[in-house]
Amino acid sequence: MNHTVADVGIPMARSQMTQRYKWGISEVAFRRFLYMAGLILLILLVAIFFSLVVASFPALREFGLSFLIGRTWDPVRGEFGGLVFLVGTLMSSLMALIISMFFSLPASIFLGEYFRHGKVSAFMKSVIELLAGIPSVIYGFWGLFLLVPLVRVLEMKLGVAPQGVGIFTSSLVLAVMIVPYASSIGTEVISLVPSDLKEAALSLGATRFEVIRKVILPYAYSGIFAGVLLALGRALGETMAVTMVIGNSNFLPKSIFSPGNTMASVIANEFTEATGRLYLASLIELALVLFVVTTIINILGKLVIGKMTTRVT
Amino acid sequence: MKRELKSREKILFRGFRMKMILRIFTLFSIFFGLCSLGGAKERELIGAGATFPYPLYSKMFDVYHKETGVKVNYQAIGSGGGIRQLINKTVDFGGSDAIMSDKDLKEAGGPVLHIPTCAGSVVITYNLTGEPRLKFTPDIIADIFLGKVKKWNDSRITAVNPEVKLPDTDITVVHRSDGSGTTFIFSSYLSKVSQEWKEKVGSGPSLNWPVGLGGKGNPGVAGLVKQTPGSFGYVELIYALQNQMPYGTIKNKKGNFIEPTIASTSLAAETALPDDMKVDLTDTDAARGYPLSGFTWIIVYKEQDYAKRPEEEAKDLVDLLWWMTHKGQGYAEPLHYAPLSKVAVEKAEKLIKSISYKGKPILK
Repeated sequence: MNHTVADVGIPMARSQMTQRYKWGISEVAFRRFLYMAGLILLILLVAIFFSLVVASFPALREFGLSFLIGRTWDPVRGEFGGLVFLVGTLMSSLMALIISMFFSLPASIFLGEYFRHGKVSAFMKSVIELLAGIPSVIYGFWGLFLLVPLVRVLEMKLGVAPQGVGIFTSSLVLAVMIVPYASSIGTEVISLVPSDLKEAALSLGATRFEVIRKVILPYAYSGIFAGVLLALGRALGETMAVTMVIGNSNFLPKSIFSPGNTMASVIANEFTEATGRLYLASLIELALVLFVVTTIINILGKLVIGKMTTRVT
Repeated sequence: MKRELKSREKILFRGFRMKMILRIFTLFSIFFGLCSLGGAKERELIGAGATFPYPLYSKMFDVYHKETGVKVNYQAIGSGGGIRQLINKTVDFGGSDAIMSDKDLKEAGGPVLHIPTCAGSVVITYNLTGEPRLKFTPDIIADIFLGKVKKWNDSRITAVNPEVKLPDTDITVVHRSDGSGTTFIFSSYLSKVSQEWKEKVGSGPSLNWPVGLGGKGNPGVAGLVKQTPGSFGYVELIYALQNQMPYGTIKNKKGNFIEPTIASTSLAAETALPDDMKVDLTDTDAARGYPLSGFTWIIVYKEQDYAKRPEEEAKDLVDLLWWMTHKGQGYAEPLHYAPLSKVAVEKAEKLIKSISYKGKPILK
């Protein structure tokens, strides 16, 4: 501020003084506000973790690590193991991620490189963003009434039990749900690839496909991966849409078409009617496991992003 | 000159800040003042619990508010939640489709009364072409849910349904995935009619199902049944009636095949009932009663002098319970709930009269 006044060389008028004074106050206040906001978020995260640990303590003490490998979930007899739900969560989310990449990556390239501006791109972008705004229960019903019969036809052709619902169906629903998260970040980073890099490649005689493959994708890799990670986080925690099409049966899935169950869905399903300390604690321990799994995947992702970035630069 | 300006600014700013603080303070005090005024005028009872009777309770409490001025705030958070809230003493009454377990009763610290408000029933529904009206015996239902009867043309099913031609398709079992009173009634029934079920699975709002797919809520089960040819599941009678779903008749203890209706649900309670009314109505020996029936209860502490509750509040609660089990019963049938049978109302009266405040009965 001082700088500008000195540079311009006009004596400080009263209004400018006030301006400067106000700026001074708001500068400090704003910084404090930012610190506070950051701190509150941090405290919130730690507090959630600790309250989960405290609330799930009876189950932690009763089952210990065997909770993670136990296959029986029997509320009547008070025997709880979360392996089936852990496997269901990871299987459905990872499969959803793989399926969604076939849509999100092309969409990002299309919007980030081929059609960066104009009506087509604006329309496409808003359509994709709209996908993120649809309530998950609607996805669930869509899955139940449209996808399930289609999957059943597929299953009959493949010769597996034609139940229609199952992990595969829930992955399909999840894949559609998470496309916007992966593709909007992908679009952003692809459009940020410096044009001199692209032009250099083009001047060397590279075709557009080669530019995408050898310049754009390597440059934007970490960003695209970050988007995928965000999408995975969304998939891991999705409840309503999944519970409607996954079949909710507590057996270890034998194939990708088997019915299964996820941690989020079993918590949502059973929490309201859960009585008894151990039962409640076990449900909360599932939440804790989900929390930890999400954290681990995020940390792993950050590590991968870090590695990729250093490799590119 | 500079310094002078600065201090003037400061004073100005301070004045402004003081004014703001005062203004916010006044706003707050007005707000809270209004709240407390409103609270003083209205008498309110708070309840939470079962979702199954929620539509009926909303209607009842709305009418009751208009008649008496006592507002009843009921949150349908599920039976388990209702029991938890009552034990934590955060509500005046809980709603439950299940009888409280011994463990819960011990945790409650004092006697808890189960006062029935209406009855409901569970129907067997299925997806077969032509929607035939099928008959089932208890052992068939149990063995289908145990995964032992696998085909629709199983000799045991065809034996009781000689007039229907059943296909050679697999039976897909569909059950509730969420914890619910419906599952509780259904599994209590199966535990009564099948020793194997009792030993392997047992009864409760959520189970470790031997076979089948789970759907969330009645709509989830209905959706799966409608979607899956050859499926076999259970839903609440109300839901099946409202959605015109096919359902089967079930052989009761006296050997009669009974169609699930509101009347046959009420009739299931035409039998000897225990005084504490902690009874599930499944498989009763009522000759014309539908065997997959159950009460839904309001649960309250017998001794109302707890957590510094005033006597007036306890009185309001008792009056409400009396109204619900008498005049309120008229609202049950239009909403597809089964009203309490005569025997059940008499028993409920006795229970309500036993509610006390500081050891003295509230209702004389």
